[in-house]
Formats: sequence, C-alpha cells, structure tokens
Amino acid sequence: MQVHLRIQRFNPEVDSKPYYEDHEVEVEPTDRVLDALNKVKWFHDGTLTYRRSCAHGVCGSDAMRINGRNRLACKVLIRDVGTNITIEPLVGFRVIRDLVVDMEPFFNAYKSVLPFLINDDPAPTTERLQSPEDRERFDDTTKCILCACCTSSCPITWTNDEFVGPAAIVNAHRFIFDSRDQGAAERLAVLNQKSGVWRCRTVFNCTEACPRGIQVTRAIEEVKRTLLTGDVS
Amino acid sequence: MVQVPTGSGPDQVSAAPRSARRAPIPRVGRERPTGSNFELYSWYFFRVSGLLLILLAVTHVVIMHVVNTVDEINYDFVVDRWNSPFWRGFDWLMLILALLHGLNGARIAVDDYVRPRGWRVFAHSVLWSAAIIFLIIGSIAIVTFNPEAVVTAGR
Repeated sequence: MQVHLRIQRFNPEVDSKPYYEDHEVEVEPTDRVLDALNKVKWFHDGTLTYRRSCAHGVCGSDAMRINGRNRLACKVLIRDVGTNITIEPLVGFRVIRDLVVDMEPFFNAYKSVLPFLINDDPAPTTERLQSPEDRERFDDTTKCILCACCTSSCPITWTNDEFVGPAAIVNAHRFIFDSRDQGAAERLAVLNQKSGVWRCRTVFNCTEACPRGIQVTRAIEEVKRTLLTGDVS
Repeated sequence: MVQVPTGSGPDQVSAAPRSARRAPIPRVGRERPTGSNFELYSWYFFRVSGLLLILLAVTHVVIMHVVNTVDEINYDFVVDRWNSPFWRGFDWLMLILALLHGLNGARIAVDDYVRPRGWRVFAHSVLWSAAIIFLIIGSIAIVTFNPEAVVTAGR
C-alpha cells in the first residue's frame, strides 16, 4: 500500500528553522513506521537522520512523535496509523538534526536519581535473593527502556527544564521499592525537591505514551505517598 | 597505551568507601536541594482541602439553592444563620480552604509557566497579597458580624 509520510526535517548547518518534507512510499500494512522511514532513507533521501538500533522495541532509540503521539517507530504498525503519517522529533528537547534530539538533559535527570543498586552490606558470594512478592513490588518499573516517550509527553517538561521528568522518577521507583536496596532515603531526598516529584501535575500523558505499558503516573504517585508516609515497603 | 587514572583501578574501587566511589551527581535544574518539606505539605494540603471543599461547597449549594431559594436569602437569613457559631465556622472554613486551595494552584501554575525570575516574583507577590487581603476581609466579616450593633446604628 502507498503511504504519505510528512517528516519534519532540520539541518542546523543549512536551515534556520525546521520544515516538513513529504514522501510517498510503498509498504505493507504490517510493516512498522520504522520500515517506512528506512525506505525513505535508503531509496529516496539518504540525508534523513534518525536513531534506531535494535528495531524491536527494546533499545528505546527510535522514540518520535508519530501523528502527534510519542511512539517507538519500530513498534507502530502502518495499519494502525493510517496512510497519512506525520513524523516529528520528540518535543521538549533540542533538535540536533531531523528526528535526532539532544538526550543529554534527559540522562542527566536520570543520573540524578542514583539509578543503581546501593547496598553497603558485604557483597555475597551468590546472587542477592529476593522473594517473588518483593520482586513484584517494583516489577512494573523495571520495564523502562529510557526511550523518553514519557518525559517528552509531559507538559511540565515542555516549559520547565528543572523537572526531573517521569522517566527519572520511574527509575528511582525501581530501586526505592527494591528490598535489596538501601539508598531509598538518598533518592527520596532528590525527589522531594520542587523539581522532583512535586512538579508532577498528574496529567497522565506519560502513562499514555509509555510504549512498555508502565503505569508511570501510578509509580510517581507511589513515590509521593512514600514521601508523605516514609513507608518504603 | 591506555592510561588508567590513579585511584580508579579495580583494587582501589573495592577498597574506597562508597561515598568516594560514586561519580558526582549532576544536579537537576538550578534549585539547590533545600531539605524543606514545603512542597510535600502543599501537595497533601491540596488533596485534603479538595476533598473537604467538595463536602463544604455541595452542602453550601444545597442549603442556598435547593433547600432555600435565592429569593428567600436576604439580610435576615444571614443574621439568623450566623447566630450559630457552627455556621460561622462552616463559612469561615470554606473561605480559608477555597482561598488557600486556589492560591496553591495559582502558585504552582506560576512556578511552572512564568520563567523570568522578575515576573515570577511579581506574580507571586500579587497572588499572596490578594489571598492575604481577601483572607483578612472575609475573616473580619465572619468574626465581627454583629446584627445588634447594626440595629443600634440605625439600620
């Protein structure tokens, strides 16, 4: 089937502002949007620039705005988005070129919540075992692939570069509620700032945008409640 | 040859205390971590006051517009109602909660969207001043309202 792609282009060395470019490509209904982009890049215009790596919804490289919604190009089928497809870079980030945005602020926010196991006990010689119930407590937030769909969909991050953003909170949640971790207090101190969880306005865009189906707003509210009650179980 | 910076080899890593091992944490935004719980309490107040306001406002509407009609509500109605400390307390609580709930919402909207510092300070000043003035005027009306004084003054 023939689909019409409208792609936002921007080359900082030539263009003063972004513009849209149209392409007609022949694809199958069961192809992904990424396949359509590949056709443009491989057969129409090799200068089209976008990130992709695994192409199977795991690496989180090809998050972009597809028909106004933040999606992974490799997970969206053509038949689900129709024959007129508008593709833009993620909003709220600086565009480096075409669909590639500067993820540095995103990863700085991610690093600020200490997204690694903190445990001062002597390292055991075997795995740190955990009951299935304890593992279940933070199972949902282990699914994050750091694609930035959620952070870029959050209206607060569009106007406010101080907010850590939903992705960072999700990754803090993953360790705060891990029974093997001892760094909850440090992470909660980071998130108890105005630019931490308290900038969240419970808009739910993040939950809607997450390609992994993480209940992002729920995770954020759990962190807020923990800040109130001090209960990290 | 790859140069290994002193102190970052595998042996030193395991020997160093955890705090020294950890890479510097990039601070998000311009704010310093204050350790203050103001935002936490503001959020909690938002939830609690919102719930209370639903009860108070619905009760208020039922009394003023369902049980009574606007035609029946006059000065004497208010005198009769405010004879009871309960209704004075009810109205005062509604005033306080509605004002502070609204102030909190507007404060957050200003923080989110007014980025230039000067304008933000200005907007906060206007908000807090208006809230405090209305709070004082409303409280004076509710607390000092005295129908007998009005009668003797020749109503």
